[in-house]
Amino acid sequence: MQTAQKTTTTLKQHIVEIISDSGEGAQRCGQSLGAIAARMGNGIWTEEIIPAEIRPPARSVAGASGNRIRIGSGRVTNGGDETDLVVAFNEQVLLGRVRAGELQPGCIILLENMWRSNADPVIAASYAETHRRLVDAGYRVLEIPMEQECRAIVADPRRGKNMFALGILCNLYSLELQLAREQIALAFGKKDQGVVAQNVKLLEAGHAWAEAHLDFRFRIPAERSKEPQVVINGNTAIALGVLASGMEICAMYPITPATSASHYLSDVFEKVGGVVHQAEDEIAACAFAIGASYAGKCTVTITSGPGYSLKQEAIGLAVMGEIPLVVVNVQRGGPSTGQPTKVEQGDLLAAIFGSHGDAPKVVMAPSTIEDCFYSIITARRIAETFNMVVVVLSDASLATSQQPFPRPAFSESWIAPPVDQSAIPEGMKPYDWNAATGLARRFIPGQANGMHTLTGLAHDRESHVAYDAESNEESIHFRSLKLAALQRTLKTPPVFGAPEGDLLVIGWGSTQGAIEEAVASLREEGRRVSSLHVRFLQPLPGGLKQIMQRFGQVMTIEGNWSDRPGDAIIDEDNRRYSALAMLLRSRTLIDVDCWSEVKGQPIKPGAIRRVLLERLPAAMKETSR
Amino acid sequence: MTMMATECLLQLCEQRYELEDYQSGVPRWCTGCGDNAILAAVQRLCRDEGLRPEKTVFVSGIGCSSRFPHYMRTYGFHGIHGRALPVAEGVRLARPDLTVFVNTGDGDCCSIGAAHWIHAIRYNMNMTVFLHDNQIYGLTKMQASPTSPRGLKSNTTPRGSTLEPLQPLSVTLGVQNVSFVAQAVDWIPETLFDIVKAAYHHKGFSFVRIVQRCPEWLPKMWDPWLHDPQRILMLKHKDGMQLSEGLGKVYKNQAQHDPSNLDRAREIASNTDLIPVGILYRNPAVPCYEDLRASRELRTTEYLRKGLEAEFDKFTVWPQ
Repeated sequence: MQTAQKTTTTLKQHIVEIISDSGEGAQRCGQSLGAIAARMGNGIWTEEIIPAEIRPPARSVAGASGNRIRIGSGRVTNGGDETDLVVAFNEQVLLGRVRAGELQPGCIILLENMWRSNADPVIAASYAETHRRLVDAGYRVLEIPMEQECRAIVADPRRGKNMFALGILCNLYSLELQLAREQIALAFGKKDQGVVAQNVKLLEAGHAWAEAHLDFRFRIPAERSKEPQVVINGNTAIALGVLASGMEICAMYPITPATSASHYLSDVFEKVGGVVHQAEDEIAACAFAIGASYAGKCTVTITSGPGYSLKQEAIGLAVMGEIPLVVVNVQRGGPSTGQPTKVEQGDLLAAIFGSHGDAPKVVMAPSTIEDCFYSIITARRIAETFNMVVVVLSDASLATSQQPFPRPAFSESWIAPPVDQSAIPEGMKPYDWNAATGLARRFIPGQANGMHTLTGLAHDRESHVAYDAESNEESIHFRSLKLAALQRTLKTPPVFGAPEGDLLVIGWGSTQGAIEEAVASLREEGRRVSSLHVRFLQPLPGGLKQIMQRFGQVMTIEGNWSDRPGDAIIDEDNRRYSALAMLLRSRTLIDVDCWSEVKGQPIKPGAIRRVLLERLPAAMKETSR
Repeated sequence: MTMMATECLLQLCEQRYELEDYQSGVPRWCTGCGDNAILAAVQRLCRDEGLRPEKTVFVSGIGCSSRFPHYMRTYGFHGIHGRALPVAEGVRLARPDLTVFVNTGDGDCCSIGAAHWIHAIRYNMNMTVFLHDNQIYGLTKMQASPTSPRGLKSNTTPRGSTLEPLQPLSVTLGVQNVSFVAQAVDWIPETLFDIVKAAYHHKGFSFVRIVQRCPEWLPKMWDPWLHDPQRILMLKHKDGMQLSEGLGKVYKNQAQHDPSNLDRAREIASNTDLIPVGILYRNPAVPCYEDLRASRELRTTEYLRKGLEAEFDKFTVWPQ
């Protein structure tokens, strides 16, 4: 075997994607690559590339299925910009990615070349034509006989090519082969040893092929953290959070992209005495959760946009009855059925203002995978402390992205206390609202002297139906006051960057990594820009206005719709702002601007950088002075 | 306040409840409303069975019938329209130590909550469900309900309703996992009580349809049945309802019906000219969802920690 003269390039970070027709194993390949890099000590962020259909036709432009992995030297907080290197099992799925603008100019493409000699002249011609165009467009296309090489090892190369590709990538990124072998053993551990051995063989063959035929390699220096790290996606983190919070019941109805959290939970919840109840519909799931919470266990229901809409009346009931409840909404594109597999931050206002009447509830949004885990624990505790509904807004990006974070150290304080069955003191009423905080003891069935009927109707302190003006206003007053009581306990979020400057960017949810990366890169160039990420959206923490006042301009970056000021009929009288911008404007009376996009993809740090640069002309002059 | 376990037990044994212990407030139902009869039967059941008020929960939806929990001095949950059953299921799964009753009307159960009804039968969770069926929307002032007879003039059907009514017994008996179906009428308190009691003693989803008068909106609706006892079909069986001598003299139209016979139960239910009263179907062998799903382990902190650590182990990349 002839070894070419290799050049090794050291990189800070690189974005790799592996794409194929659905069912060819690109997902598995990508996930494994991410895990191996994480084991090396690299920072990673992996994202799924999912076609909208379960089985799109083979070789279709819209059918790309796979994984996108950003490997970095240090911690990686987001998926980054355009892809640097792609492995494609056919040229059509690749075309889809090219057209979507997902590839970096000059991107390296490792392309399965079996199509060139396909028996069908149409396919062969399409391949040759696409290849030529890609080369002309400046991409560095390397044709690789993956299928042919695999055939020497397996009868059906379609089922093994992904591990061959993994071998190539391990070689290209100088990843330890032994770690890759171990990862395969872990991934296929449930199957027999023969399967593991065959996949290891394919891995090694890919590695050897790259060693012999490719004249370049990358090295992304890694530093293993001293703390143990776990690698999971946001939905798994949410499910683990449910486990860790001590909640015992999750009532749900299948909906994309929330369902994978329930899948995982269904698998593991029973091992710790929990139950996932798949209800007959979204409303039933919420009502079931409310019933279980009312009976003394704080319960969670997990859903996504359309399901969240369906639950609104029941959520209002929990607000009215002051029943603790955790509602997870893994946001997707809306309105209506929208884009089930795509990311959007379109449900913030629905989460805060949803359900008719004044229905105050807590809304929080995790911004990292780690945060998904801890948010559920916090949500459960808030729900039971304040007898409130806590909505946790995740999104499709967090749901399917993976990122390492320090393995959580178990704490007893996470867990819900046992159901309180102590008797109610004589004279205490079911809604003995504290005049200062609105809080009242939660009455739970089984508690002697506590008998009353909880009602969704307006009620007085004794839970008697009350239509009189005084009772109605009093109860609305106290339910609202609880938000202020919680708000008093919230910390002002830290500013990323300097505490004052020309521009402050505020975000929420999954955009934190991308925003901070853009801000950091601009700060390195001397720009006076900082950012702030809000975790509690309702109530908003205190101190925001004071921070905002120290900046020349304030804007939000969000993944939801806001009107484009450039449109001919859009002006200050009719411009619709992004959700958080709207909230901040009304809260602080500061002229908060916004920029948003609804492409169904995570917002890229490069896009944010460009937006910030447009708003920062003044900063240029100031720094040059 | 601490006491010895035996002392505690003794005190429990001594605990006797009177009807007043279950009464709360003055019902605001119309005079002559069938709900009053159901309330009386249920309060009597609670007293006779010595149900601890703090361990008993009545769950309802919305409608006249759903005010029921407010008139019981137990725990109650007066929720939202159509959703009484899923709420009750949640209570049941979370707290198997509680006794759960559901009060729902023909609009609540058979219309807006129909999906939950079908699935509740399938789950077969241990609860006693009373369908207060007066064949009309009362609280919203006289609109046709799914069980209203064809031709009924109401505010939404001023020229008469056009559809055949839904038959709650037939629907319930048609669902897989059905385990208890009975029917009573509000104007025969003795059988109403017997049926309520039998339903309470059945372990599973005990569904009792109670044919109920609405003196406000349909005052004459049941007159033909009230005036002609022959149009009531009394279902008797050694495993079903027994009929007292006195009632037997009034209600002479009687049939032997074995409640284990599902096909016969369906036949009886489909006869809409007569009102069958008694236990149509009972199958104690159908498993309850909460038993199928219950954890057998004692859920200690240590148990939880172990389970969680095992999951973290799976995902830990470094150190391995």
